[in-house]
Amino acid sequence: MPVRSEELKCLKEMLLKMAALVELSIKDSIRSLVDRDSDLAREVIEKDHTINSFDVRIDEECIKLLALKQPMGKDLRFITTAMKITTDLERIADNSVNIAERAIELNEEPILKPYIDIPRMREIAQGMVRDAIDAFVNEDKRLAMDVIMRDDEVDDLNGMVLKELMFIMTQDPATVSRAMKVSYVSKYLERIADHATNVAEMVIYMVEGKIVRHMLPEQIEL
Amino acid sequence: MEVRKAMIGFELEVKDLDFFYGGSVHALKKIKLPVHKHDITALIGPSGCGKTTLLRCFNRMHDLYPGNRYEGEIIFEGTNILKKEIDLIDLRSRIGMVFQKPTPFPMSIFDNIAYGLRLKGIKKRSELSELVELALRHAALWEEVKDKLNASAYALSGGQQQRLVIARALAVEPEVLLFDEPSSSLDPISTSKIEELVVELKKEVTIIIVTHNMQQAARVSDWTGFLMLGELIEFDRTDKIFTNPSQQLTEDYITGRFG
Repeated sequence: MPVRSEELKCLKEMLLKMAALVELSIKDSIRSLVDRDSDLAREVIEKDHTINSFDVRIDEECIKLLALKQPMGKDLRFITTAMKITTDLERIADNSVNIAERAIELNEEPILKPYIDIPRMREIAQGMVRDAIDAFVNEDKRLAMDVIMRDDEVDDLNGMVLKELMFIMTQDPATVSRAMKVSYVSKYLERIADHATNVAEMVIYMVEGKIVRHMLPEQIEL
Repeated sequence: MEVRKAMIGFELEVKDLDFFYGGSVHALKKIKLPVHKHDITALIGPSGCGKTTLLRCFNRMHDLYPGNRYEGEIIFEGTNILKKEIDLIDLRSRIGMVFQKPTPFPMSIFDNIAYGLRLKGIKKRSELSELVELALRHAALWEEVKDKLNASAYALSGGQQQRLVIARALAVEPEVLLFDEPSSSLDPISTSKIEELVVELKKEVTIIIVTHNMQQAARVSDWTGFLMLGELIEFDRTDKIFTNPSQQLTEDYITGRFG
């Protein structure tokens, strides 16, 4: 009994819906920080349970297909990839929640400095998540590779932000509490980009049948 | 060096094999296939693809019907077993076959196993008893039948009969065992017993198994060949075939999207 194409389509649609919510959570969490909008931050936190329930539903659907249809070949790779992707998406949303929590705390205090690099990091990380999911849906290994390549940009920005915050803290120890929280936000964004990279690596596995995790981007041959 | 090592590991090697039923139906086309020693090779493919036809070439079962014709070679220990002068009785004791439906002889459990041994000239009762027990133990049937060796083989369940037939094939110490859908007429429990047995047996014999059940091929075999319309489309490690085959036709077949 083969896996029906409608069943795969249904799985794809659920992942797309989940990914759209996850993207929004990244965007809103940073906006709540930059615009000092704690209500929006609380909304991000509240909406997380919807994303969690998508994670559970997608897992259940995948387990059901594995047990009942015993898929092989490409179908097997698609379903196992979907299971792993949903875990990464759920973690990304958790990072957005963490950003929103820090935003609520930071919004209570005077602004440390204008946020410049953090919105930039958000833009790249969110774009990586979107493209990784697009690559999954369209089985596009080139786009997946492009996502993997972009991870370094986010890492570099994170390094720069940390260096700058370190400087601010040494200049004025009174800023330590706020600066630490901003550095967490930067770290959360860096983690989000890592999860997007994981998704992209899984997409390459799905398309090529080759596991490229834990490889340097230059070692990956497509 | 790598190639040489692999060559030594071949039990059988099919070279450009063509097979014609009744002289005209071209059932196998230029099959090239290595059979690795002490490994399990599964042959899969849609009905009529030629997998059973190929299996029956290995012990010349097709010779039972007139007009069938082989071209090409199957090399077994340096000899082409498709040659006319091959002793078929000897060949079939070295390359045994287990059929889809259990085929016990209409005699006692003991005599079913002893039959082939007597043909080989073993007459001494004590020696026969020893070898019968050994064969039944190898086929994981001894514990179930040791107290009723003189009962008719027909008194056994389908799964037990199939293991009895396997024991009978093992008794004459074959080097290769051919299985033609050995569990397609059995329930899931008996099927899993046969599968466990097949995997256990590869320590002693090389196994080729034809199965309609892809999950069965995936569960038991080390190598898988996919056939379609008499051609071998793909042959590779079983895990490769079932997770990431190289041919689109194989992919379509294993994901159930044919046509």
